[in-house]
Amino acid sequence: MLYERPRYLDAGDAALVVEFGDSVHPAINARVLMLDAALRDAALAGVEETVPTYRSLMIHYDLLSLSRAKLLARLEELAPQAAQVFAPRARWRLPCCYDPSLAEDIVEAAELLNMTPERLAALHAGGDYRAYMYGFAPGWCYLGGLPAQLALARRASPRGPTPRGAALIGGGLTLVATNPMPTGWYVIGRTPEILFALDRDPPTLIEPGDAIIFEPVSADVFQSLEARASSGEVLARREALS
Amino acid sequence: MSATLRIRSAGPGSTLQDAGRFGLLRFGVTPAGPMDQGAFMAALLASGDPHGAAIEVSLGGMELSAEGGEIGFAIAGGAFDLKLDGQAVPAACALTLAPGSRLTLRAGVYGAWCYVAPFGRFDLPSAFGSLATHTRSGIGGLEGRMLRAGDAVRIVDPRPAPQERIAISAPWLGQAAERLRVILGPQQDYFSPPTIETFLSSPWRLSPRSDRMAYRLEGPPVQHLKGHDIVSDGLAFGAIQIPGDGAPLVLMADRQPTGGYPKIAHVITADLGALAQKRPGDFLSFEAVTWEQAIVARRARARLIEAGVTLTPLGGAELTAEFLLAQNLIGGVIGAEE
Repeated sequence: MLYERPRYLDAGDAALVVEFGDSVHPAINARVLMLDAALRDAALAGVEETVPTYRSLMIHYDLLSLSRAKLLARLEELAPQAAQVFAPRARWRLPCCYDPSLAEDIVEAAELLNMTPERLAALHAGGDYRAYMYGFAPGWCYLGGLPAQLALARRASPRGPTPRGAALIGGGLTLVATNPMPTGWYVIGRTPEILFALDRDPPTLIEPGDAIIFEPVSADVFQSLEARASSGEVLARREALS
Repeated sequence: MSATLRIRSAGPGSTLQDAGRFGLLRFGVTPAGPMDQGAFMAALLASGDPHGAAIEVSLGGMELSAEGGEIGFAIAGGAFDLKLDGQAVPAACALTLAPGSRLTLRAGVYGAWCYVAPFGRFDLPSAFGSLATHTRSGIGGLEGRMLRAGDAVRIVDPRPAPQERIAISAPWLGQAAERLRVILGPQQDYFSPPTIETFLSSPWRLSPRSDRMAYRLEGPPVQHLKGHDIVSDGLAFGAIQIPGDGAPLVLMADRQPTGGYPKIAHVITADLGALAQKRPGDFLSFEAVTWEQAIVARRARARLIEAGVTLTPLGGAELTAEFLLAQNLIGGVIGAEE
């Protein structure tokens, strides 16, 4: 749900969160991305960096040079710009393998969702996704648009590292991971694409707001694609939308 | 001109850090940087380069030597036991390591992290403009990993410390209070008022399952009112997440940029260093303060750090605790930033 007015929330004394809604929704995320762009253009002294997420923008700022009152006043001024229409610039086609040999949690997740692993894979690959944000770890790309049938709570406690390129579901959401990290999400697929590389500028391929489609590949195809990706080739296909 | 800093031994968890890697949170890149920013700044100010980098020594301790030339070091942090060739030196001090000498740092009476800043620069490539190590993503520092025995890092333009032995006094350093101040929220509505009351009145013990990413706390499980999933949003240093098992996780320097567990409160900036210096097994508790109180504390701390450190030359005599104390009180003062 999109709030009537954004909520301004203190995350301690060094960050302010502008929250536009309480759910994952394209209209809410569009506000986040538009406010982020407006704030960047405003180049307000004391704003250190901003982090767009599904439904809110976190603003890390230096209170010693920018007062909270001044920041709030500026955000109110920028609000109309955040309400303008946002259009995705590109669509990406990402290869993804759902074979249990590479998707270590797909059987467990399917059981919890009361369906077969094949059905889970088909539903996940059938989704039309939008990149809503990066977070958690370098290049971890959080997507909106997961089919409702795949809504599954995350594990109660994070567990050991996920493999590189894992497609994960948890908390009714999906994401594509890069490096191995401990998480409470379920590994239901893997992409051979390298979504974050230190020697690329920018280090990421996908921009927040871009559309994403997963293209299922077999374990054999995955292996050959992974070898190509390791040699520096970008596998994902980008189509310009606007 | 250069000399080489050799790590002769290192316990787990020590890394190279500068102030942090900023501007890439939006791509999921963690700033890293020091766990105890105040102690880190004390070492840097004493080394004469407030924008430099330091080795962050963990509870596991470290032994260092210099090769090919003398290297001065400024050291500050928790009260570690420091020895130069077996002779005790103050926990916060500047000294010169000559080839053939050995500096050892071991966990002392309190504190979990100690900073060793060279008089000179680390000869390492920066990643996105920073030397800060984030081991989980393998970025920065020495090959993106923890330091270990045998590592060698070249120090460019090494200088000796301005005096043979110098005690560093920084009024913001010292044994941390057990009580840490927090600002409640922003997801305090995920917990009932009695749960928040229990959270604030309970003693918490720092779990051994704690590291630069998060400090896990042991105590009465914090019950959620409406589940443990929120829509993932940004995470600040000091955010206190409550995951499904009800054991609070305080997000530290290597925190992930975003997370999906509700945050019951945030430790205020002025108390983050005190929190960082807690050790597994230490007890701590929380006290809710207003945003305004947090700002007052933060400004007061910033003023102290702005005023800089006091450097007191020490004589070459036996360095007993009483002697060091006396020297600190009556010694001459060298400007820290000249």
